[in-house]
Amino acid sequence: MVEWTDTLIQGILLGGFFALSGLGLSLSFGIMRIVNIAHGDFLVVAAYLGVVIVGLVGINPIIAIAIIAPVMYAAGYGLQRSLLNKAVGGSELTPLLITFGISIILHNVLQEVFSADFKSLDAGSIEIASIAIGNIHIGLFPLSILVVAFVVYSALYRIMHNTRFGRIVRATVDDPEVSSLMGVDTKKIYSLGMALSMAIIGIAGALYGIKSSFSPMTGGDQLLFAFETVIIGGMGSIWGTMLGGMALGISQIIGFKIHAGWGAFAGHLIFFAFLFVKPSGLLAKGDQHA
Amino acid sequence: MREGETLSNSGWKIETPLIGPALLALLVIALAAVPFFGGTGTMRLMVEIFAMIAMAQAWNLLAGYTGFVSVGQQAFIGIGAYGLFMVTLKGGIDPFSSVLLGGVCAGLIGAIAAPALFHLRGPYFAIGTWVLAELFRIFITNNDYFGGASGLTLARVLREIPRDFRNDATYWIALTLAASTLVLVYVLLRSRFGLAIRTVRDNESSAESVGVNVRGVKFMVFVIASFITGCAGAVAYLNTMFVTTSAAFSIEWSAFIIFVVIIGGIGTIEGPVIGALVYFFLREWLADFGTWYIITLGSVAIAVIVWAPDGIWGLIAKRYPIRLFPAGAVMRKKSV
Repeated sequence: MVEWTDTLIQGILLGGFFALSGLGLSLSFGIMRIVNIAHGDFLVVAAYLGVVIVGLVGINPIIAIAIIAPVMYAAGYGLQRSLLNKAVGGSELTPLLITFGISIILHNVLQEVFSADFKSLDAGSIEIASIAIGNIHIGLFPLSILVVAFVVYSALYRIMHNTRFGRIVRATVDDPEVSSLMGVDTKKIYSLGMALSMAIIGIAGALYGIKSSFSPMTGGDQLLFAFETVIIGGMGSIWGTMLGGMALGISQIIGFKIHAGWGAFAGHLIFFAFLFVKPSGLLAKGDQHA
Repeated sequence: MREGETLSNSGWKIETPLIGPALLALLVIALAAVPFFGGTGTMRLMVEIFAMIAMAQAWNLLAGYTGFVSVGQQAFIGIGAYGLFMVTLKGGIDPFSSVLLGGVCAGLIGAIAAPALFHLRGPYFAIGTWVLAELFRIFITNNDYFGGASGLTLARVLREIPRDFRNDATYWIALTLAASTLVLVYVLLRSRFGLAIRTVRDNESSAESVGVNVRGVKFMVFVIASFITGCAGAVAYLNTMFVTTSAAFSIEWSAFIIFVVIIGGIGTIEGPVIGALVYFFLREWLADFGTWYIITLGSVAIAVIVWAPDGIWGLIAKRYPIRLFPAGAVMRKKSV
């Protein structure tokens, strides 16, 4: 019983990370209809940014997030403005192919610059600290990631529903043409959308770098986990994505318990099970499934 | 076309230039002679090129003609390769006819996975195919029956076959695969089924409304592409005689396939062939610079998508009136 409660809790904590990462992916699709295949590689880039900043300034990687997130925000804005805006509005497959190209370029460039060795960000004692409740130990760091995920989710929800910017974004998503007739600079909105998505990726990427070891090649896995989170959760629903992260986290922890090599495998299986049984995901908006 | 008219009496005809097929036939005959004078290294490289052409044609059939993009082609390459190794090593079947069996394995998996993957639209379908590849990669890596993480080798079986015969046979199989894939795609696209394929790509609901079985068409195309990709994967690893999951199920396969088709010209039959030649030229030329050829290829592909979406063949076709394999049903007014 204790063992299963423990598994459940570990799964939910891991799910907090997937939810955060998945949010970055679903945001760019929600606003620009861009499925960012380079998502996982950007996550890894953020982690390497952490390595560089820690190397240069010698601060704790957790504090470095204050630099990483704005840098990623700016990079997202620039990327959308210079390249991706040329592909928005046409076929959904064009931005897909562009970000796929970026993904392959990024992981090869990272490999040339940082070698293929695994690295990790060291955040000090918080990484091993834990709270004990009865026989169950909850890691302080995974718990903080879950809290960060909730904070980012709530902040995004507020931005989208309570600010002028959020209203403009939602209007642009509903009808880009009419919004642009009303004087909205849709290209600018898309650029800000990508910037926001990349800032979230920046936060998630730094936490990822602290939580696990990473290499230029680990981006692919991270894309798939974020993707599964979004699909299991149900397209177009922010809180669905949160639940999807939990479901994926729990599946992976159970898989990992059965055999150390089966963690990701169990997640992939659950993903396919959802496609067969409930393709609309846990919380889908309307009937439209992915 | 007016009512009661058929294509043949409508005053329009489908352009059927003989120059393309004639050139292809001559080229195949010439290439078939290579084993009589070519060195082992050259032949190995050409087998790779032929396999890549087949893979690129299959992906182009999916993405360029039917409108669904996959970034999980490595699933079928890996399954095809492992299919060949398993039936050869465990089933005792000769490695050459096993190429087809590898393709059948891939086609079968494609058929089973298709109904699930089709729940995913557009870009999400693409990533879904990648998950499929990962599922098989992890499964085989953790399963000693399939050789596990250290992979499988054909050395034991191939030792019994004379070296020259082995190399020549592999070469001819690869050439046959590339040529027959090209012909198959060409014939397929010019058939009634080919018209249905393009209708589905352009608009699924209007395709449905004129009586096209959209799901059926997509299913058939996906299974055919999986089969071809599986055969090509089998050939590629018959060529190296050694397979591991990390190589055969690598995302880089999809990267190369996509770059090849995009650069050569998506939605044309000539494009994948040109793209494959560009790819291997760059790879051999930049061989001393590590992964920079991939970075170059990726950058060129992105530039092509944004600024010249029709690729190299598109640029050529725009400037000069050559059509070698006009699969896009180019219709011409009959001269009276």
